[in-house]
Amino acid sequence: MSATYEERLNAWVGKQLVRPTPAADPVNVPMIRHWVEALDVANPVHLDVEAAHATGRGDVVAPASMIQAWIMRGYAKTVRPQAGADDPYAEFIALLNEGGYTSVVATDSDFEFMRELVPGDHVSADESVESISPEKTTGLGAGRFVTTVKTYRDASGEVLATQKWRTLRFKPKAAAQAEPEKPQALRPRAAINLDNQFWFEAAKEHRLVIQRCTACQTLRHPVGPQCPHCQSFDWDTVEASGRATLYSFTVAHHPRHPAFDYPLVIAVVELEEGTRLITNLVGIAPEDAVIGMPLELEWLDADADLTLPVFRAASAAGEEN
Amino acid sequence: MSSLSGATAIVGIGATEFSKESGRSELQLGCEAVTAAIADAGLEPGDVDGLVTFTAESSSEIHIARNVGIGDLTFFSRVGYGGGAAAGTVAHAAAAIHAGLADVVVCWRSFNERSGERYGLGQANRPMDTNADRAAYSWMTPFGLSTPAQWVAMFAQRYMHEYGATSEDFGRISVIDRARAATNPKAHFYGRPITLEEHQASRWIAEPLHLLDCCQETDGGQALVLVSAERAKDLPQKPAYVVGAAQGSGEDQHMMTSYYRPDISGIPEMGLVGRQLWEQSGLSAADMDAAILYDHFTPFVLAQLEELGFCGRGEASDFIRSGALELDGAVPLNTHGGQLGEAYLHGMNGIAEAVRLVRGTSVNQPKAVDNVVVTAGTGVPTSGVVLGAR
Repeated sequence: MSATYEERLNAWVGKQLVRPTPAADPVNVPMIRHWVEALDVANPVHLDVEAAHATGRGDVVAPASMIQAWIMRGYAKTVRPQAGADDPYAEFIALLNEGGYTSVVATDSDFEFMRELVPGDHVSADESVESISPEKTTGLGAGRFVTTVKTYRDASGEVLATQKWRTLRFKPKAAAQAEPEKPQALRPRAAINLDNQFWFEAAKEHRLVIQRCTACQTLRHPVGPQCPHCQSFDWDTVEASGRATLYSFTVAHHPRHPAFDYPLVIAVVELEEGTRLITNLVGIAPEDAVIGMPLELEWLDADADLTLPVFRAASAAGEEN
Repeated sequence: MSSLSGATAIVGIGATEFSKESGRSELQLGCEAVTAAIADAGLEPGDVDGLVTFTAESSSEIHIARNVGIGDLTFFSRVGYGGGAAAGTVAHAAAAIHAGLADVVVCWRSFNERSGERYGLGQANRPMDTNADRAAYSWMTPFGLSTPAQWVAMFAQRYMHEYGATSEDFGRISVIDRARAATNPKAHFYGRPITLEEHQASRWIAEPLHLLDCCQETDGGQALVLVSAERAKDLPQKPAYVVGAAQGSGEDQHMMTSYYRPDISGIPEMGLVGRQLWEQSGLSAADMDAAILYDHFTPFVLAQLEELGFCGRGEASDFIRSGALELDGAVPLNTHGGQLGEAYLHGMNGIAEAVRLVRGTSVNQPKAVDNVVVTAGTGVPTSGVVLGAR
């Protein structure tokens, strides 16, 4: 009776995937320099011998996390991989592919370092399978977490570091991708009429306007055709500064509308000019919203037909003004 | 005192069962409730000549009239603004009878609000048109502000900020309602009281509102029969006299979102209703032997206690903690279990409970009730009545 897929997969646990493979070059100062400069490492012990001596070291040391770099296969082998006749790693990947686990994403890398590397060390590494999880449902698709252990040694066989390396080998959501992409749900439409059209049109131009009675200069919001103070039907608008304070808010959890991310912070803000406005807070965690906090305007182009003013915490500069 | 005070009385009440899925049309629920209320009053359908309902009602007066066998109608009107209409229907009926426009007026409300169109799901997907009512939602729904719980939460957050009230203060209303419902066999939550800890542990709906701050949704129907005080004397039930009935819409009023007033920690439209009730009746909050306060969401019960004068501004939390709203307190609250506990009948079941309190037939009858105040939907143009035994 032939083994099931599960059995064949589990037979890899404990097996070596990559045989001890020596680095192309020994640990050397020019490569350390590339690393230190590229990553902007400030610690002088990597290049300055005197600094290294001052810390009790005999020589400069390679950055610890650089250990992976020493054993990378390099450019030539990447562009012209050599098909090894007996390559356990390739065999393992083939088995994963057979199960449909054709995609990979790295999830964890845990290093343990035993000693620092100095120029002249010649690193080699091997890799073994530690565990393979049962199939799990993940956001990316159904997959298995494969944990391997890489062991880094010097020429004498002394262990320099170990690395637990966890990847998710998953079945890409082919069916979902094949379907035509569902359009993003749109925010509920504004009901535009002769009275409120100007406000939403201005918003499309990223102008937050406030209706003003031209007879008595009183500002009003929400908009309306007549001034409740002097009964005038004549009005124009003023442009708001965009500075506001948080007057009240709610953190919406349920029910959920597909156009929004929840928890959703919905707020009433008081504009510097004195009128209030219902809006959303952006970039402010629900627990950080505090009544009275200073806010500033930001524009949300929600979709082709809808632009809305939203508010974020006022920048420090805004607060000084 | 107004000449309207005591001029009419509620002499019949009738309801369907309160359920989550009635399995019947809203029209049938309405017919059942109206028929039951007429029978309770000791009258015949043909005696009825007036009908009042909500603008939100799906069945027009003519459908009720021809199915129930009411015949000619000389008065019919509707009251707007959702649950704010409840006591307003009584006000319209009382005014019509007082003015001689009708003799026997039935007020009713019926819906499949749980199994059909659920108000709690919000306005986000309602069709658009260009009328002013619909356009008002343009300031809310594009930002995700579309449900009654969210609308109330915005007020509640500010109330907490200004008066230091806490979620537990809101929760105490829930606990009281559910305690009364637990002993009311008609209540959905019959036999299911809650603790304050359970309120606190219930999930967020719209912070600061927990699930247990929000009332249930219900299928059912409720009707009330009004006649003149004169005629009430000849009918079998002890009359519940309408000693006050008023509507109120405040300055800069919006539907559930009056966020633009100088202060939003109160609901001035209810203060306006209260002042009229006290003026019409010559009574005050201190004269009330019970209170049926609209409780679709707990925070507005606190605001109502303050607007009606049961306590001062910002003092509702302490007033509730004092035990005044308990069955043995000065003013027992929502003896039927409220909408949180009994049923969400858009406030009409609360008026029926007030009638039972005056009759002395509530399942949670606290003591002799001479006067009871009933309020309608909060956050909207609203209404209230005072029913009395005199």
